Amino acid sequence: MERPFAITLEVGSSRHNKTGTWRVERPVYVDRLPPCNDACPAGENIQGWLYHAESGDYESAWRKLMEDNPLPAVMGRVCYHPCQTACNRGKLDEEVGINSVEHFLGDIALDKGWMPETAATDTGRTALIIGAGPSGLSAAYHLRRLGHTVTIYEAGANPGGMMRYGIPKYRLPREVLDAEIRRIEAMGVEIVLNHKVDDLAAVLAEKRFDAVFLAIGAEIGKRAYVPAGESARILDAVSFLHSMEGQAPPLLGRRVAIYGGGNTAMDAARTAKRLGATDAVVVYRRTRDRMPAHDVEVEEAVEEGVEMRWLSTVKHADAGKLLLEKMTLDEKGMPTPTGEFEELEADSLILALGQEVDLELLRNVDGVVATDGVVQVDRNMMTGVPGLFAGGDMVPGERTVTVGVGHGKLAARNIDAWLRGTSFSKGGRPELADFDLLNTWYYSDAPQTVRAKLDVARRRSTFDEVVQGLDESNALFEARRCLSCGNCFECDNCYGVCPDNSVIKLGPGLRYEFDYDYCKGCGICAQECPCGAIKMVPESI
Amino acid sequence: MPFQPIKFYQTGSFVVGNRLLSEDQRSVQSSQARTNSLTLGHRACQGCGEALGARYALDAAMRATDNQMVVANATGCLEVFTTPFPETSWQIPWIHSLFGNSAAVGTGIAAALRSKGRQDIRVVAQAGDGGTVDIGFGPLSGMFERNDDVLFICYDNEAYMNTGVQRSGATPPAARTATTDAVGPHPGEDFGKGKNLPLIAMAHEIPYVATATVAELRDLEYKVEKAMSFHGARYIHVLVPCPLGWGSAPSDTIRLSRMAKETGLFPVFEAEGGEVTSVSNIRHQLPVEEYLRPQRRYQHLFRPQPDTETIGRIQAIADKNISRFGLLNGEPK
Repeated sequence: MERPFAITLEVGSSRHNKTGTWRVERPVYVDRLPPCNDACPAGENIQGWLYHAESGDYESAWRKLMEDNPLPAVMGRVCYHPCQTACNRGKLDEEVGINSVEHFLGDIALDKGWMPETAATDTGRTALIIGAGPSGLSAAYHLRRLGHTVTIYEAGANPGGMMRYGIPKYRLPREVLDAEIRRIEAMGVEIVLNHKVDDLAAVLAEKRFDAVFLAIGAEIGKRAYVPAGESARILDAVSFLHSMEGQAPPLLGRRVAIYGGGNTAMDAARTAKRLGATDAVVVYRRTRDRMPAHDVEVEEAVEEGVEMRWLSTVKHADAGKLLLEKMTLDEKGMPTPTGEFEELEADSLILALGQEVDLELLRNVDGVVATDGVVQVDRNMMTGVPGLFAGGDMVPGERTVTVGVGHGKLAARNIDAWLRGTSFSKGGRPELADFDLLNTWYYSDAPQTVRAKLDVARRRSTFDEVVQGLDESNALFEARRCLSCGNCFECDNCYGVCPDNSVIKLGPGLRYEFDYDYCKGCGICAQECPCGAIKMVPESI
Repeated sequence: MPFQPIKFYQTGSFVVGNRLLSEDQRSVQSSQARTNSLTLGHRACQGCGEALGARYALDAAMRATDNQMVVANATGCLEVFTTPFPETSWQIPWIHSLFGNSAAVGTGIAAALRSKGRQDIRVVAQAGDGGTVDIGFGPLSGMFERNDDVLFICYDNEAYMNTGVQRSGATPPAARTATTDAVGPHPGEDFGKGKNLPLIAMAHEIPYVATATVAELRDLEYKVEKAMSFHGARYIHVLVPCPLGWGSAPSDTIRLSRMAKETGLFPVFEAEGGEVTSVSNIRHQLPVEEYLRPQRRYQHLFRPQPDTETIGRIQAIADKNISRFGLLNGEPK
């Protein structure tokens, strides 16, 4: 064969040389658990829905969100966003405003009338849910999506539970709540209003339903014994907030004292301000850092002119005035009386000392265990009675809408398994995407977009929504602040930085794979991956 | 105007691709259709900065010239690891030359194309730092002086790595090489030696001179494309870490390039007709110690005690670069 001058061998490609044999460690693509998802009580895949929002595909983002949470517009307003507390971006500049993007997605979905998907075929199985609060509605939604027939018995005149009768309008406008509940009804969930279940045993005996989920909440305000003169005006916060949904707002007088340090105390104080109280004073027996109320609520309350009286208890209530005793914290942090007293002028006293569950309906049911006033459930949210599940405020746990929605989802998955005669397991948790795994060099510096707040003067006098939503450009900006911790977002870095061309780009949405025939295992891809989605693992020998 | 980074879109243009940017805002390297001038199976060490830099630069040049390009290569690592006879890793028209004469070979190819009337084909000559600043310096200076229509790219790994890590004119002060051990009064390579080829190239007042690193791909691609928009002699100097010669972890190649720029030790700029026209600002300034410490060629500066005086002299070099080129505010002095 004719060859060029001085050439004795055919020219070949270096592809014959499989440099993959040099490798002692191999890179592998992984999906780690982002801290936001880890922290979400409703189990949302936040990184997953932000991924779609980043590209402006809000409908896909909303649909991803709706896989876990049927109430994004509500949640975008009332959730205390533990996701943001956990967010890795907080270590870089400020955490991603996840809650504000959720608010935006919830609103745009209502605006465009997007509807969630339901199962193509009905299973023919029936589930009864008692209580149309956050957990009841969440369970109903998820069970309906899985094809079951769902009925909710609700004691109140309107659905929503604490979202309607506990959370004031300035935090959650009722049109938003109504619209999201209507969407669940439109999926085929039947809500029977004014239907209080007094005796659960009788309902169970009818055997009309294949499974029952109990989510009646904790609607009784705790009463502490406060010695009081005959004409002292004392209310409990739960009834007070509940009455805001009625025809005539309750009469409080000009000076209102609120006793307690939780979120309900803040809601009551802020509501009192809006009803015209000149003074709204929160009396709490410990200090601010020990207060169970969330920081946002306390800050907003103080902005609106709510006063705080720390380290104080109410010893005696009389018409127009309260006698307070000053407290001090002992070394264990427990408040102890000091014997010093002071007077506080107050026309009424609102007690916000926590809530209790009305367990009356369980009196004839055998097998349900209630400890410390709450119903005990196993990891599958089932009570001691087979087929009877419970969740929300009536079981142990933090009492927030988000936790309730999470309970509803978990219960629904387990009820579904129960109805199908199988069992549900959550599956293993991937390892956490810690901040240290990220290469933050690659992210643009960008501070958080803050949602506009209503003018303080208007907040004191009206029930208009305090926190306004983002517009589309802000929401997009905020979504794009996501670092996508632990999950590939197709930035092409690994494909670009490999000195050995051993990363194969599969195309949009398909991510990448390694060419182990040639990968030498240098680890640059893992080091330069912005989001920590590549892991180096030792080769087996 | 310097390369204008896109600031937002999650990772902006800091990453190679970014699905949020339009196709034309992404890098050549992010494309599934990139040339891969240097293909699979080459025998460069793990984490080789030069293999990466060559693919980055030549793929960008291929796109800029619409694949009408010839490359002349000097002897050095880049040649040894890509073309052990009879195999080749090059997927572009490529010619082997000697250690010192790639600029001359490039000049010759350009002259031949000119005499054949082929104005559509462009010429690139490339070499490592030894083939550029030492052995190939005469032909290169001649190429600059005659303003031959060649883009010369130097992949600078700061020593003769192929032959066993001997010092070159580009070896930085205090670096240990096989010929600059830290013994007696010597801190490794002596201070005050070596030469700065980008500045020498600028002194020839050629149309375009630029420096770049493998850490800033977009900037490198921009400079190659810009160089191809000029005719005449052009010079690009790319810093390419060498895990073997620098004694660094193979996975640190890009990180070290980034730190060389962020400390100010390797100023990234471009110049036209002998004048600096733009500099890449330092984004998060670092003390030189952070750059030196991960490299075994500087380990004598940290053992047994940190040699603060020598580290201070290296910091002074970085500080001088920062003020000379205006690396913090983009204003050259």
